[in-house]
Amino acid sequence: MSEDPLWQLAVGFAGISMIAIGGGIAVVPEMNRLVVDVHGWMTDARFAQLFALAQAAPGPNVLVVGLIGWHVAGLAGMLAAVLAMCGPAGLLAYGFARLRTRLAGAAWLRVVERGLVPVAVGLIFSSGIILAQAAAVRWLAVVVSVGSTLFVWRTEASPLWVLGVGAVLGALFL
Amino acid sequence: MADNPPQESEPAPPARPRPGVAALFLTYLRIGLIGFGGVNAWARRVLVEEKRWVTEQEYAEVLGLGQVLPGPNALNVAIHLGERFRGGPGALAASVGLFGGPMLVLLGLAMLHDQYGEVPVVKAVLAGIAAAAAGMILGTAAKITEKLRPAWPILAVGLAALLAGAVLRLPLPAIVLGLAPFGIAAAWWTRR
Repeated sequence: MSEDPLWQLAVGFAGISMIAIGGGIAVVPEMNRLVVDVHGWMTDARFAQLFALAQAAPGPNVLVVGLIGWHVAGLAGMLAAVLAMCGPAGLLAYGFARLRTRLAGAAWLRVVERGLVPVAVGLIFSSGIILAQAAAVRWLAVVVSVGSTLFVWRTEASPLWVLGVGAVLGALFL
Repeated sequence: MADNPPQESEPAPPARPRPGVAALFLTYLRIGLIGFGGVNAWARRVLVEEKRWVTEQEYAEVLGLGQVLPGPNALNVAIHLGERFRGGPGALAASVGLFGGPMLVLLGLAMLHDQYGEVPVVKAVLAGIAAAAAGMILGTAAKITEKLRPAWPILAVGLAALLAGAVLRLPLPAIVLGLAPFGIAAAWWTRR
């Protein structure tokens, strides 16, 4: 049973999801350890490639676990990994959402929720900075990041425009 | 007064639509499929700006809860909002929508990437998208901050989270659990 890669994927990612406080990206080092060191499913370089692919594709970045599952055991592996990453955590979030609905309006809960906002927004800034640094291989990439920041901040237009311009500039100059 | 036709006894509800299960599924399917660079910035844009299902403050609060709870943030937010609007079916519809579309895309990409991932122009396009997506995330954070107009103790906690993540590169669980008490204290201090 413990030799079955589907089972190993499910148990491994369910466990990782339970320590993923701050989001799926918080546990990328832990995923790397599971996939490369513990099970030897792929090399460090392959892991980095899959992570970059998941970042470039639309959807939650945590879907890198789906790519890992695909690499290990095909479609069944993809489903096992994503369900393990989302199932237990989702049930916990659902239970908490129910509790929150029951407590709606409690003064202390309002304070707690307002208090978590600056941490959430500060971490959005932080992830943007880290991604911009990783992307800044040429000066043009920095220009694209800065221009995209200003466009999204100062206009109401769809960010798809800057992603499209980024793709074209990347194809021409990067 | 007695001759008047019966008046509506309740004040007019705020003009904030309450989505059904199908709307939750379709909207989250769209958020997942356009969610380049991570879905939180897109979810905010669609839910706050386009659909107006939640306010800027409500979205930021649910996102904060989603970070404290374990698991993917975007999933936790989808489940919270789905549950709030339509209970269990709503939570399920939102999360299946969020993950279903992108998983199909990734399935195709995984197969293509095995063949074309090392082609230079593909790598260059992905690099350009990555640079733009980073800017999109920063622009979204700037927009939220501008609209919420935080009092300075709240702003200080946000700045601390930024520095702890981007400069000190501390692990996210440490940042969230370490700064949450300060954020709550700041919210208590500045409560109205």
